[in-house]
Amino acid sequence: MTAAPLLELDNLSTHYVSAQGTRVVRAVDEVSLRLNAGETLGIVGESGSGKSTLALTILRVLPPAARIVGGRMLFDGEDLVTKSDAEMQHIRGKRIAMILQDPMASLNPLFTIGDQVAEPIRVHEGARRATAWSRARDLLKAVRIPSPETRLTQYPHEMSGGMRQRIVGAIGISCEPRLLIADEPTTSLDLTIQAQYLRLLHDLQQAHGLALIFITHNLGIVAKMCDQLAVMYAGRMVESGPVSRIFNAPAHPYTRALLNSIPRMGDPDQRLVAIDGQPPDLSALPPGCSFAPRCPQVMPRCRNAAPPPFAPEEGRVARCWLAEPAAVGGDFRVASGVA
Amino acid sequence: MPVLEAAGLSKHFAARRGLFGGDRGTVRAVDGISFTIERGQTLGIVGESGCGKTTTAKLVLGLEVPTGGTMRFEGRDLQELDTAGRRHYRKSVQAVFQDPYASLNPRMRIGAIIAEPLVTNEQLAAAEVRERVLDLLDMVGLPGRAADLFPHEFSGGQRQRIAIARALALSPALIVLDEPVSALDVSIRAQILNLLRDLQARLGLSYLFIAHDLAAVAHMSHTIAVMYLGKIVETGEARALARAPKHPYTEALFSAALPSHPDERREEIILPGEVPSPLNPPSGCRFHPRCPHAMTRCADEEPMLRYVEGRIVACHLYDQGGEASGAAVPLEAVANAD
Repeated sequence: MTAAPLLELDNLSTHYVSAQGTRVVRAVDEVSLRLNAGETLGIVGESGSGKSTLALTILRVLPPAARIVGGRMLFDGEDLVTKSDAEMQHIRGKRIAMILQDPMASLNPLFTIGDQVAEPIRVHEGARRATAWSRARDLLKAVRIPSPETRLTQYPHEMSGGMRQRIVGAIGISCEPRLLIADEPTTSLDLTIQAQYLRLLHDLQQAHGLALIFITHNLGIVAKMCDQLAVMYAGRMVESGPVSRIFNAPAHPYTRALLNSIPRMGDPDQRLVAIDGQPPDLSALPPGCSFAPRCPQVMPRCRNAAPPPFAPEEGRVARCWLAEPAAVGGDFRVASGVA
Repeated sequence: MPVLEAAGLSKHFAARRGLFGGDRGTVRAVDGISFTIERGQTLGIVGESGCGKTTTAKLVLGLEVPTGGTMRFEGRDLQELDTAGRRHYRKSVQAVFQDPYASLNPRMRIGAIIAEPLVTNEQLAAAEVRERVLDLLDMVGLPGRAADLFPHEFSGGQRQRIAIARALALSPALIVLDEPVSALDVSIRAQILNLLRDLQARLGLSYLFIAHDLAAVAHMSHTIAVMYLGKIVETGEARALARAPKHPYTEALFSAALPSHPDERREEIILPGEVPSPLNPPSGCRFHPRCPHAMTRCADEEPMLRYVEGRIVACHLYDQGGEASGAAVPLEAVANAD
């Protein structure tokens, strides 16, 4: 079982540079992760943590101010960082697809649903219009749109939010990608519609062996859908590993604080543990660990030196001095006593 | 005595269809709902878009005039209040809205924002106003120097604290919280929810809490009312209702709530279809086209609210003697209509 992962990011960094070159925002900084075919990865973080920039980096659809300044992204063994724009066009929408948060923003209001679902099939596979449309009808059926023949000739405004999001899903899977990236795919949906949609994504994944990346701020989605979890804070991946192991024993204080800050159903006496302070400004990060100013377990060294990725156990990574193998001894106790 | 009691409260809007509005319809946004908010307690309202929870909040705030039913505040009927009584009501019921970026005037200093309700409602000297503003800032955990700053100098969580301070300025009895944490970052939400709970314990406030995050509502509320298409389908003690829902809609809604832990496994009920338009709600029980337990009578007969084991439920499943559960046989044919 040592098959090469489908996607492997190795010290990937994407920075935004201001026009004068004076301000540098380290939106994604030395991020490494692995995702196997058919697996589901949740990338969790607050606004400004760099999770969406990471998704845009993988697809190479960054805004002009952003630069990939270092690292590699191996997809199926090929480094996407070094691909030309023309080569990326053959990968985007065909081998890697993306679903965005707002379905109205990803559908063109002037084209019919049929045209939009058929477009990637015509572009990537050179299919004729009739063939592509009949594939589009099957896709609408696959995402459980009732009476797909009628819907093909309709426009986005004629559908509900849940239906539009399913159509965006249909476009995503139209060329049978290996990897589907969903950026907050259910934020705009109602609860029962969200449940329908998550079930649909799960079924599609089972049917096509897709690898899924969920980008979300909602740990509930991760608990429900994902095998692997990566937690981002201020552009860095502070913790990653299998979902159930992280939920049961988080290694990074930020992850632990996040898990303790969400209300649990059926435990009304629970006191929520709030995280003091604000996420830092990415263009003026504190020296040392970015979470140190808010960390309940901060030690003097955290403010001077940023922790490298440690492996608290097999398959897990945590960027925290507490996870340093030697720190488990006396050093750690003394330090937490001070804090 | 409850702080607020609503009985048969309705808000119907006239809808115009077409360019010249020939064919008139009625949107029954809120249709005959009843609820009670006790002193020092929280009533949570949950439901999906279009269920009428925001209209309910507007009715309570007096931003909409009900088309039917009554509301009693501290025992007095709102419709019978004189000018002074209405003024007292408006002072006693305040609101905190979802987006603290939209609810604070960017050109006003924080001190002026918080003082505005005091200045318009009470005869106070400038020094007294200033002192009260500093008290309020302290109550919501902000430093006194915040009074001289502008909203843009604050983060989302701090702005929501400012909005809460403004709501507290007139020492209200009831605060309507419409999605108070949805616009905030995850790590900030707990701060605000904790603050709201502390203020409630300290000041004896009542809350009407509206949110789509069920775990947050269950965490904050003493009583929960579940709304579907303008009707309350179930009301009950928050903990019991969340743990053992009785109405099939409540059951499906809570089963759709996301788990807080990956090992948490529960039965998942996926409802078919979507919420129908409130302009043309289904006959009988409004939930019947999506209900997994629908029976033939559900399409014809609207279920009455009944007491079922300390809960109030509107569902034909509980008609027999008001006690039985599962006495009626589910009709497969209706459930399979996708």
